[in-house]
Amino acid sequence: MLEIKGLKVKLEEEDKQILKGVDLKIEPGTVHAIMGPNGSGKSTLSYVLSGKDGYVVTDGEATLEGADLLDMDPEDRAAAGLFLAFQYPVEIPGVGNMTFLRTAVNAQRKSRGEVELTAGEFLKEVREKAKSLQIDAEMLKRPVNVGFSGGEKKRNEILQMAMLAPKMCILDETDSGLDVDAMKLVAEGVNALRSEGRSFLVITHYQRLLDHIKPDVVHIMADGRIIKSGGPELALEVENNGYADILAEVA
Amino acid sequence: MALAKLKVETTDARLSGVVVPDGAAWSNAVRADALSRVRQMGLPTKRDEYWKYTDPASLTTAEPSSAALFVNDEGPLFEAVDRVRIVFVDGVFDADASDDLTAEGVEIERLAVAMQTDIHWAKDLYGVLETRGQTPVERPLAALNTALATDGVVIRVTGKAAKPINFIYLHKDENSDAMLHNVVKVEAGAEVTILETGPAAARFSKMLEVEVADGATFHHVRAQGRDHERRAVTHCFARIGANATFKSFTLTFNGVLTRNECILEIVGDDSVAHVAGACVGDGKDFHHDDTVFVTHDSLNCESRQVFKKVLRNGATGVFQGKILVKAGAQKTDGYQISQSLLLDEDSQFLAKPELEIYADDVACSHGSTSGAIDETALFYLRSRGVPHDEARNLLTLSFLAESLEEIDDAGLAEELRDRLEAWLARHS
Repeated sequence: MLEIKGLKVKLEEEDKQILKGVDLKIEPGTVHAIMGPNGSGKSTLSYVLSGKDGYVVTDGEATLEGADLLDMDPEDRAAAGLFLAFQYPVEIPGVGNMTFLRTAVNAQRKSRGEVELTAGEFLKEVREKAKSLQIDAEMLKRPVNVGFSGGEKKRNEILQMAMLAPKMCILDETDSGLDVDAMKLVAEGVNALRSEGRSFLVITHYQRLLDHIKPDVVHIMADGRIIKSGGPELALEVENNGYADILAEVA
Repeated sequence: MALAKLKVETTDARLSGVVVPDGAAWSNAVRADALSRVRQMGLPTKRDEYWKYTDPASLTTAEPSSAALFVNDEGPLFEAVDRVRIVFVDGVFDADASDDLTAEGVEIERLAVAMQTDIHWAKDLYGVLETRGQTPVERPLAALNTALATDGVVIRVTGKAAKPINFIYLHKDENSDAMLHNVVKVEAGAEVTILETGPAAARFSKMLEVEVADGATFHHVRAQGRDHERRAVTHCFARIGANATFKSFTLTFNGVLTRNECILEIVGDDSVAHVAGACVGDGKDFHHDDTVFVTHDSLNCESRQVFKKVLRNGATGVFQGKILVKAGAQKTDGYQISQSLLLDEDSQFLAKPELEIYADDVACSHGSTSGAIDETALFYLRSRGVPHDEARNLLTLSFLAESLEEIDDAGLAEELRDRLEAWLARHS
């Protein structure tokens, strides 16, 4: 699904190398998690993959089902099936959540040469999906993320994910700012989307999200590289002992 | 003090050979007075403080610059609205193209007819509100309009008008120089909506004098056309009584020069006066100026000024807005916001927000901002698959939304929003 080889990235504004050669291969239908201390480059990886400005790829490649991601505009990456659930979902005053969702869904369909959804079809689908995430009609009507609580914003991200039905979902610290109940709700939303053809990359600081979204593979990232990969037990090790042991081990 | 040489020359050149329309004694008197006021004040030049950001030269020359006729691929606005259409072609009333000038609750007459009638209610308003609006800031182009306006209508609203009245200004002559003057008197408790659409002429001077009596409601929605080369100066002078409502919104597309002045005087207690505008301009020769002056002279009134401008490819936007709260106008709630969205570094927005307050129990606020498109929001939209230009247009519309919300009638607002969306798509 997603294959990253020797990815090196620096900041555009200053000569600072953030990613120093990341290798990662995610098979279809699997859930990978990336854990790591602050400043290890986890969020940068998610931004670079989704096409945010401000980064320069100095070496390496990233492909989605064989297609060169790094060469595409953000909207084309989305149409190709990539989705990033933001750590800090953006508030957009003046743009209704429904308008936003419908514009996004139809833009992607159009880009893929599919027929756009009619207002009725869209409404039916969005209501169904919103219901399972406990997003009410009022939230759908409001401007995108404006006045939403932390939990509402993250649920809104998952609703977008459900509506856009991407192949490769990246969740950037989706658990941050969530209480236990909210985290459970979000995790259920994600689990409902798990399928054979869809892969996930879950970026998190903590094991607790991985209790709800069970990963197949866990990677530890430090100083711009993936320094260790293993099964779910690796996350438990981090939870119990912190990163110090692992960092010492590979040093 | 003697007028500056440039001013005298400009004024003499403009007034040389002009014909003052002849009418009843009162109308001849008001026009003669206006003409002498023009001579006394002199026409504006770019050296005037009030014209610091907008060069009035093309508005004061003896002959107008020509403006190529614009082939519009859009249908007329408000077609679905049941309304009384009053059509002017290059500033001349076109009876054949207009509807019968009748609707329940309103009396409509051509200006020329009213001005020839010895005893007419319009005598108390024509040029009268304009004259009041000449202090503390002089507006010579308004006086010029009072002196020379050749056409227009006078409307008296006696009840709830059965339908909106739509002034439709068509532009068919590349060299037309039109001067229209409309007067609206909304009697106590009456209610009317005035719509104005179209580019009007190569050069257009237009005035609207409005009296909103106690308990009356006046709604005004205007769309200035997409013709690019036209030049326009418009004035709206309104006097607002007690428990009255005045709401005006203007949408402007294109135009090498547009100066819209709105001068409101609130004289009765517990009234509301809102004036708002949105404009979109593309190109170095786009220049749009909103100049607003709101005077509070009564108790417990609310005024709002909401102006939004989207400027790209070197376009210029100007806002001069003032709230004057006179001594004794307690409990005034005045609000003023002017904002521009600059889509590139070549475009500019010049703003002069002012408050002058002589009462001690008031709440007045003003703000002015210039900003670029929010890159974070743009990326967020693109990351969801919305193409760059579409995402930018969506954010641009959301920026303009606050001004469109000033229109009470949702249907009218929706129609203008659609036009804006189309304009943005066209100019992507």
